[in-house]
Amino acid sequence: MEKSLNLVLHVWRQKNRDAKGQFVRYEAKNISEHASLLEMLDQVNEGLLEKGEEPIAFDHDCREGICGACGMIVNGHAHGPRKATTVCQLHMREFQDGEEIWIEPWRAAAFPVVRDLVVDRGSLDRIVQAGGFISTRTGSAPEANSLPVAKEKSDRAFDAAACIGCGACVAACPNAAAMLFTAAKVAHLNLLPQGEPERDTRVRNMVAQMDAEGFGHCTNHYECMEACPKHISVEFIAQLNREFMSATARARQELRPRRK
Amino acid sequence: MELKANAPSGPIETRWERHRFEMKLVNPANRRKHKVIVVGTGLAGGALAATLGEQGYNVAAFCYQDSPRRAHSIAAQGGINAAKNYQNDGDSVYRLFYDTVKGGDFRARESNVYRLAELSVNIIDQCVAQGVPFAREYSGLLANRSFGGAQVSRTFYARGQTGQQLLLGAYQALERQVNAGTVTMFSRHEMLDLIVVDGRARGIVTRDMVSGKIEAHLADAVVLCTGGYGNVFYLSTNAKGCNVTATWRAHRKGALFANPCFTQIHPTCIPVSGEFQSKLTLMSESLRNDGRVWVPKRAEDVTKPPNQIPEEDRDYYLERLYPSFGNLVPRDIASRRAKDMCDKGLGVGTAVGGQRLGVYLDFKDAVKRLGRKAVEERYGNLFEMYERITGEDPYEVPMRIYPATHYTMGGLWVDYNLMSTVPGLFVGGEANFSDHGANRLGASALMQGLADGYFVLPYTVANYLAQTPRNTADDTHAEVRAVVDSVKERINKFLSIQGKRSPDSFHRELGKLIWDKCGMARNKAGLEKALQEIPRIREEFWENLYVPGSGEELNQSLEKAGRVADFLELGELMCRDALFREESCGGHFREEHQTEEGEAKRDDENFQFVAAWEFKGDGVEHQVHREALEFEYVKPTQRSYK
Ligand SMILES: Cc1cc2nc3c(=O)[nH]c(=O)nc-3n(C[C@H](O)[C@H](O)[C@H](O)COP(=O)(O)OP(=O)(O)OC[C@H]3O[C@@H](n4cnc5c(N)ncnc54)[C@H](O)[C@@H]3O)c2cc1C
Ligand code: SF4
Ligand code: FES
Repeated sequence: MEKSLNLVLHVWRQKNRDAKGQFVRYEAKNISEHASLLEMLDQVNEGLLEKGEEPIAFDHDCREGICGACGMIVNGHAHGPRKATTVCQLHMREFQDGEEIWIEPWRAAAFPVVRDLVVDRGSLDRIVQAGGFISTRTGSAPEANSLPVAKEKSDRAFDAAACIGCGACVAACPNAAAMLFTAAKVAHLNLLPQGEPERDTRVRNMVAQMDAEGFGHCTNHYECMEACPKHISVEFIAQLNREFMSATARARQELRPRRK
Repeated sequence: MELKANAPSGPIETRWERHRFEMKLVNPANRRKHKVIVVGTGLAGGALAATLGEQGYNVAAFCYQDSPRRAHSIAAQGGINAAKNYQNDGDSVYRLFYDTVKGGDFRARESNVYRLAELSVNIIDQCVAQGVPFAREYSGLLANRSFGGAQVSRTFYARGQTGQQLLLGAYQALERQVNAGTVTMFSRHEMLDLIVVDGRARGIVTRDMVSGKIEAHLADAVVLCTGGYGNVFYLSTNAKGCNVTATWRAHRKGALFANPCFTQIHPTCIPVSGEFQSKLTLMSESLRNDGRVWVPKRAEDVTKPPNQIPEEDRDYYLERLYPSFGNLVPRDIASRRAKDMCDKGLGVGTAVGGQRLGVYLDFKDAVKRLGRKAVEERYGNLFEMYERITGEDPYEVPMRIYPATHYTMGGLWVDYNLMSTVPGLFVGGEANFSDHGANRLGASALMQGLADGYFVLPYTVANYLAQTPRNTADDTHAEVRAVVDSVKERINKFLSIQGKRSPDSFHRELGKLIWDKCGMARNKAGLEKALQEIPRIREEFWENLYVPGSGEELNQSLEKAGRVADFLELGELMCRDALFREESCGGHFREEHQTEEGEAKRDDENFQFVAAWEFKGDGVEHQVHREALEFEYVKPTQRSYK
């Protein structure tokens, strides 16, 4: 039969970007094991509203693990304890009755807190703006099947393209690096023949933007992959490094004065 | 008011081509001077904003999420149709057109549907060039599957994440334009009203969801690509933030709302598991290819573990009722039969609110026939998703499914140019009513969103800009100030009621009522009851709502309050439309109008039209306008799946 849980929550509350935040203790009573973590927070919020208090703000939208809006640190883990699962898909059956749960926002210099558990991830969009695209003019595309792409290649590109842009990799990284996110986008586009013409500028510009946003450097902890809800592999980071080095080398060569 | 569809005449294959030639162009040197507002960055809005930016217009794009990449289009799983005929199985533009008109139960405009089918092929080219990793065969060529009962394989897909990959393609194109400086992106901005100056749409009023700032944005034209209104049901497969506010506010400013009662229910969703439920999750329709749907024959068996119910005590009702189509009957039929069974007390799963709403979808025979490995290959990720949500293993215990709201065919009325009845206000994607009639075929919404965004609106908006004087109103204009003030006043109203109930509690109450009375099956008595109840809920809402905090900060309760207020008005119009349409067609099933076998009975003589509703003021009944539909190419027939 259905279990219900009573829990003690410690939730990070912070009124806005500049305010000082703190953990606040709440009791969550009678939570169905079938509820998701976000549905548990919904219930806590309804209770707060009944008492005339302000509910806990958190980002969410699809609640299906695909939009990448949700994200919080649950008991020290980005997106909570279950592997390859966003918090919107994390169900309360993963927790024990009476358990204490600590919930806090992504922590990274490049993700300022907006309110409570909501952070500003605009830096990830700006990395994409710097080069995470293929420049095709609408309406000028060649017939789709005129360019066959080997299935293995296309599948591999897909593995990278599955990133939902949630930022858990950054939150989990001791250096708050955005390497996994950036590597996934570079790999998706650079693996495909369509991405070939811009491959060098893409990787250089995206990495430069990543640095400019104040993300840390990757020192191979691989916590990102552990936290990633979509199994994005750190092999893409290795690929990014290779791409970056050869792109930089090629750029240097072009800059070097030609000697006869 | 006369509804002018402005659809070209002549042979249907030549209409769009000719229309395109007849439309006016804007000189490239002048484009930068024209400003266009695009609200919504899903497939329709994202594709449009990127394309207009690339063409050199000055674009401002808006979305309520923190990033344009999160629009609800991201959640589409199954695929996107296109008449490429790569499988050489007899597909063609004409066949896709034919299937869509028929599938829509003859309530869509032929010219629009033909154009959609025609453009479908360009969409695939465009997306592949952008790097969308569609599924491929070992030859390296694109793969297809058959979807939603289609007899040809015309669906392109990217694993179970087609919407995500298509949206990322549009998002990347959009970000490229942001980088180029042609598009200014306003994330976490919610449109709260439309600005109409001298009879033309000239801007919008938004709330910055972080600072709370209310602001007017002015432009030469406004395009709404704000998605569907399925969340009127509270529980639906839509994302939590999906809302009707943008289109409803435009409706109140003069844009007619067409066919609001045409909503689609998807048969294979994970059932509600408790009162806390916040949304429903869709399971791909493909599951019905191999799963068998059943309920216990006897009501006393509904709580028995399903594996202990012997074959002879099970009712495989779809196979029994529809021997030739069996478990693969169309969405609406599969949904209604599931409801019948549960209404008879044969539903299974957890009882919520005293009723068990679920039927089994059993893979036991499929595992026996194909082996576990083959089933795993086909459905592995879906089984995993089901297990994650329910905690049950579908290899061992049959899945439980129940229908849920999934898509809204109704929306703002638009002509062939996708322009609403307010000049200068265009509507694309799920937000308009245009192409799916009374029922949408699987994998056709993604196609429509991208067709509108990449290939239709860039032409029709330019045609409008080329012929229209530029906007001269600024923030000081009396009309602009009036709209900004009214938005502020409304926000203050929400905050000042200081009653006892949360926005969600009203939303749940409304949703349950609409689901019961205007959901899968509707009847006169029920709709009349709903029409009495909704004003009562609305009245209580405006007296007893509680929104804490202020307007000058991130305030999610305030956001919800505004959305629920609009759903409370839309819900009433849906019921009115459903009551008015005395026939059954597509997703609209009126119990009074069915054949002896219990199938939908259309009334072409009296209802072969689009019902477009005009807002006449608060407390005044809407007025209906009719756009007659003519079928020159696909002659109306009754559907039969026996
Ligand atoms: C679970 C699921 C699966 C689906 N699977 C398929 C499928 O396989 N194939 C298929 O063809 N179709 C499918 N559909 C339908 C399809 O996904 C949608 O109809 C389509 O993606 C809608 O696209 P859109 O661009 O019109 O709107 P959306 O993608 O919903 O975008 C709406 C945009 O408007 C913005 N917005 C909304 N309101 C406001 C406001 N007030 N102010 C500012 N911005 C606002 C949002 O931020 C967002 O950017 C599925 C739908 C669901 C729910
Ligand atoms: S790489 Fe993984 S963790 Fe990082 S943003 Fe993408 S999906 Fe999220
Ligand atoms: S809410 Fe969309 S991924 Fe969690």
